[in-house]
Amino acid sequence: MKKYLIPLAAALALAVTGAGASAQSKMKVGFIYLGPVGDLGWTYMHELGRQMMVKELGDKVETTYLENVSEGPDSERSIEQLARTGHQLIFTTSFGYMDPTLRVAKKYPKIKFEHATGYKRAPNVGTYSGRFHEGRYIQGVIAGKMSKSGTLGYIASFPIPEVIAGINATILGAQTVNPNIKVKIIWVNTWFDPGKEAEAAKALADQGADILMQHTDSPAAMQVAAQRGILAFGQDSDMIKFGPKTQLTSIVNNWGPYYLRATKAALDGSWKPEDTWDGLKEKMVLMAEYTNMPDDVKKLAQDTEAAIIAGTLNPFKCPIVGQDGKEVECKGGTALDNGQILGMNFYVKGIDDKIPGK
Amino acid sequence: MGLVEAIILSVIAASTPLLLAAAGELIVERAGVLNLGVEGMMIMGAACGFAGCWLTGSAFLGALFGIAAGMALAAIFGLMTLTLAVNQVATGLALTILGVGLSGLIGAGFVGERITPAAALYIPYLTGIPFIGRILFGQDGFVYVSIALVIGIWFFLYRTRGGLILRAIGDSHTSAHALGYPVLTVRWMAVLFGGGCAGLAGAFLPLAYTPFFIPGMTAGRGWIALALVVFASWRPGRLVAGAYLFGAVTILQLHAQAFGLGIPSQLMTALPYLATIVVLVLISRTRNAAGSAAPASLGMVFVPDR
Repeated sequence: MKKYLIPLAAALALAVTGAGASAQSKMKVGFIYLGPVGDLGWTYMHELGRQMMVKELGDKVETTYLENVSEGPDSERSIEQLARTGHQLIFTTSFGYMDPTLRVAKKYPKIKFEHATGYKRAPNVGTYSGRFHEGRYIQGVIAGKMSKSGTLGYIASFPIPEVIAGINATILGAQTVNPNIKVKIIWVNTWFDPGKEAEAAKALADQGADILMQHTDSPAAMQVAAQRGILAFGQDSDMIKFGPKTQLTSIVNNWGPYYLRATKAALDGSWKPEDTWDGLKEKMVLMAEYTNMPDDVKKLAQDTEAAIIAGTLNPFKCPIVGQDGKEVECKGGTALDNGQILGMNFYVKGIDDKIPGK
Repeated sequence: MGLVEAIILSVIAASTPLLLAAAGELIVERAGVLNLGVEGMMIMGAACGFAGCWLTGSAFLGALFGIAAGMALAAIFGLMTLTLAVNQVATGLALTILGVGLSGLIGAGFVGERITPAAALYIPYLTGIPFIGRILFGQDGFVYVSIALVIGIWFFLYRTRGGLILRAIGDSHTSAHALGYPVLTVRWMAVLFGGGCAGLAGAFLPLAYTPFFIPGMTAGRGWIALALVVFASWRPGRLVAGAYLFGAVTILQLHAQAFGLGIPSQLMTALPYLATIVVLVLISRTRNAAGSAAPASLGMVFVPDR
């Protein structure tokens, strides 16, 4: 029943921002959001990015967003709704919109599409994402240093390459300071369900994890960690408010500069369907302040961040050893290449678990 | 705290919102009204409950705000379906959409705010008893209310004259009307009661479970509550069993994953729903051939002829 309701709710939630009458010179830019704009996580950060872009470009653009659009076939209707109503540039901001975006793009070849975190492109579909695993690697280093029990708790969403790469990067980072680090992984099969995220966080804490990290979007796990007196990493945005004595740091998704760049390109006609994958260096991925850790750990975290930015450290530098003990082919010379990371479907050695469905 | 105790505590917390909302809906449906707007009333309860707690500083008053919000939305439902005799299914669905939208609007200003969550009971010595102490004497008020509510509903339905009248109205509103019972008045009270329960269930989420408000935080629990009423074949005792079974399977699958048992998580996530279907089949097999356990007038519009 819920399945039918969400697109309905999304249609109702259609929010047109900007000035009323649309002058011919204004370009209409649309956004498709996965969650509510107030989720304080994934969608919230895209919304901040949109706001920043609007602030910079002022009356050159008129933007529309649709929130609570569930992934999969249902999203096609919502994307097409934006295409039909004169939007010339449409950002679809979640992995599950990949095929629907391509289908709509085929029908509307003159409209430009930008799909976040996907890997399929077309003459009018570009992709963009952040190298979030760089931040996860730093979190791994911190977690390896800070964990007393030697067990980390990881709340994962869906077994897609991005999430798996995040788990691997975390454990690779942690192994550099504690070779025996263990990780317990719970897949909740949702991006956003505060109750379920809290339940998973409790289960992990009950089973001895003393540092929680998540690839889901709400601050629920941070609050559970705060209640239990253990430590945690925020996700998507700085969640320090929910755990002033709990948060170690948080990966902060910074989409604004990219939305500005892509929209400007569309305005001046230089837009091309590119594959943008920026990280800490380009500031698409930021780290929240390092807190609740001793100075030496903080220094180590800062040095790791600096090394990644300088390009002297790659989280997936070879050799990478898989769970089967065999070395993974090193297609990028000194590190795994982008394709291997974006299509990652194996766990590295040291993770005592199986990828669901494999 | 041992692992088993921790799991039981998590199961109780996960089951409580489902039980609260389902208990209210059980009374509504027993009176012959199908209100599909539970999710909408819950999320309104969550938004207003949080707002109330933030404004007054008291989780108790917050819960009252939540109840009031649920009842207010239920009153819209009552006005449409009882007074104006509009189709119940359509109105219920619309109510959910309204609730989701309105709660987002009300709650927008409270996203990211912090409150002091509802305190857990503490009785010296009793709460300190190993294992059962915290389970029996260390819960928050919502848990005790949910249990008391179901016992009260059972007593009302099967041991009082009012309960008998309510069931009669649910089974045949024309007969009850012919006997002189106030069908619409009783249904109005049932609908408001159901709204209050859904509002309280919603308020539990930001006031006790995850102490913050985020739009959409009920995440479909209202729909599960609706399914539980059918699952329980409209009986309070089975409702408790159903809610706790659902909560238990939800929590246990998380623990099984953390243990690294290697069962695909997609299957684990589907487990609570599979369990529901299995139990439904078992229940329907044990029932006699007389037919459905549903109240006979469920979902039918009643317009008094005079």
